[in-house]
Amino acid sequence: MALAQPLYADQHRPIQHQFNPYAENGGTILAIAGKDFSVIAGDTRQTEGYSIQTRYAPKVFKLTDRAVLAVNGFQADCSTFVKKVKQRIEWYRHAHSKQMPLKAIARMIQGMLYGKRFFPYYTYNILGGIEEDGTGAVYSFDPVGSYEREACRAAGAASSLIQPFLDNQIYFKNQTPAPGAAPFEPGNLPMDTVLSIVIDSFTSATERHIEVGDGLEMFVVVAPGRDVAGVQSLGAEELPALTPEGERIFVLRRDLKKD
Amino acid sequence: MFRNTYDSDNTVFSPQGRLHQVEYALEAVKQGSAAVGMRSKTHAVLLALKRSSGELASYQQKMFRIDDHVGIAIAGLTSDARVLSNFMRQQAMASKMTFNRPVPVNRLVSAIADRAQVNTQEYGRRPYGVGLLVIGQDQSGPHLYEFSPAGNSYEYYAMSIGARSQSAKTYLEKHFELFENASLEDLIRHGLHALRETLQQDKELTIHNTSIGILGPAGVNEQANIASLGKEGVFRILEGEVIQPYLDSMQPKEVPAPVTSVAAAAAAAAAAGAPAAPAAEAPAEEMPGGLPDDDVNMG
Repeated sequence: MALAQPLYADQHRPIQHQFNPYAENGGTILAIAGKDFSVIAGDTRQTEGYSIQTRYAPKVFKLTDRAVLAVNGFQADCSTFVKKVKQRIEWYRHAHSKQMPLKAIARMIQGMLYGKRFFPYYTYNILGGIEEDGTGAVYSFDPVGSYEREACRAAGAASSLIQPFLDNQIYFKNQTPAPGAAPFEPGNLPMDTVLSIVIDSFTSATERHIEVGDGLEMFVVVAPGRDVAGVQSLGAEELPALTPEGERIFVLRRDLKKD
Repeated sequence: MFRNTYDSDNTVFSPQGRLHQVEYALEAVKQGSAAVGMRSKTHAVLLALKRSSGELASYQQKMFRIDDHVGIAIAGLTSDARVLSNFMRQQAMASKMTFNRPVPVNRLVSAIADRAQVNTQEYGRRPYGVGLLVIGQDQSGPHLYEFSPAGNSYEYYAMSIGARSQSAKTYLEKHFELFENASLEDLIRHGLHALRETLQQDKELTIHNTSIGILGPAGVNEQANIASLGKEGVFRILEGEVIQPYLDSMQPKEVPAPVTSVAAAAAAAAAAGAPAAPAAEAPAEEMPGGLPDDDVNMG
């Protein structure tokens, strides 16, 4: 199957050189949905090969009062894709005089990604937020638009380290309840537990993966009316919302190891 | 104005040096219901009278948001207004995408003026049949512009367009010196008084037929959602129940509108007969055979 290899080491075939339009910028993103909240997080390190391009490059962006998009892969495609998504959401607002619902944003993202099926955006997207019925939601996408709603998803350089941990902690996979104890109910974890899981995921990924580290940025989207004392006490910054009675978004920042 | 051989093509001048098609387009603007705009040092507001084609119909939308820092009120052909407002939105977004800053308002207004001018000079095209009042905000504060189908745009302290707008203009000319330092509530009250001047005999401003557009920091009645308006005070359109407090702040019709400067107060007493005069002037400005109030194409 492979092309005929040279018999001896000093025999070389001609190699065609071509411009590579993509690059790998490292980093990891993660989102977890609760019953009435959603956490979307990403580290802030940007790399190429063994070099660090910057210690702070945001990968998680607020789209609307109830939707947050995390992007990872090739940062040039990621930033441009986010800008285009934001523009499309603005057009929706002009046309419908209201903010775009989460499932509509998800479907639109699929269309935008598949539209470049033959020269894809090299981005792994995770969309998190609050659905129109007030439940927390996470939608994850592949670079050409395949998407699914889930309870949690990790993407990027350390996804193979973090996703199995999430499967165990969020979905309770490979765990059995203690004898006599109630069966597990995924999707009902309290917010402080979820935030701890997120922080532990990133600190652990930082330990073992060179492309992860420097800083952690977590966006917490909460459903209207939900108690926010827990988040505020952690030193979160609240982002201004369009409607005061609607969903609210908080940002938490933590340091990660710089080595 | 009367029909003649020079008014069919927009590329033909009349012997008097006029482009009649452009002037007829300006007539279309005058057929739309009134819109009033004014600005102070801190705020810019738009007020519009919405028209409905009948008891069962909804009221035509007169105001559009272009961006956080720009809003417009229209008078004339609503379809042309939609096309222009879409173009303005595109320009505003492209400016943010390319230059990472909100579009300067004068640049945006020049862009539509240039577009409109093309339609007055290219054969086979017709001028836009809509006039706009544009309010916007930049580092030098709030601004108000008028855009006309002729392709002209000009900045104003206060302006009105649409049907019977001359009556509103008379009010604005009398009171505009008070606008610069007025509070948001006072500015809106002046605007409502000006808009009221354009009403026909038995009509009045209600929460259903009045639209208020505001740019600038949150006012007294907007404290509930002050956080969502931001420090600059993004453009917002107020309609329905929320404008009742503003309507209630108006002086009843018999009393001349309140003035706060002494000289103007003396003039107001002398001009008690003034309300009759604008009403008499108004019919003269309109063409005979103008479109009826229930035309669905006109807003």
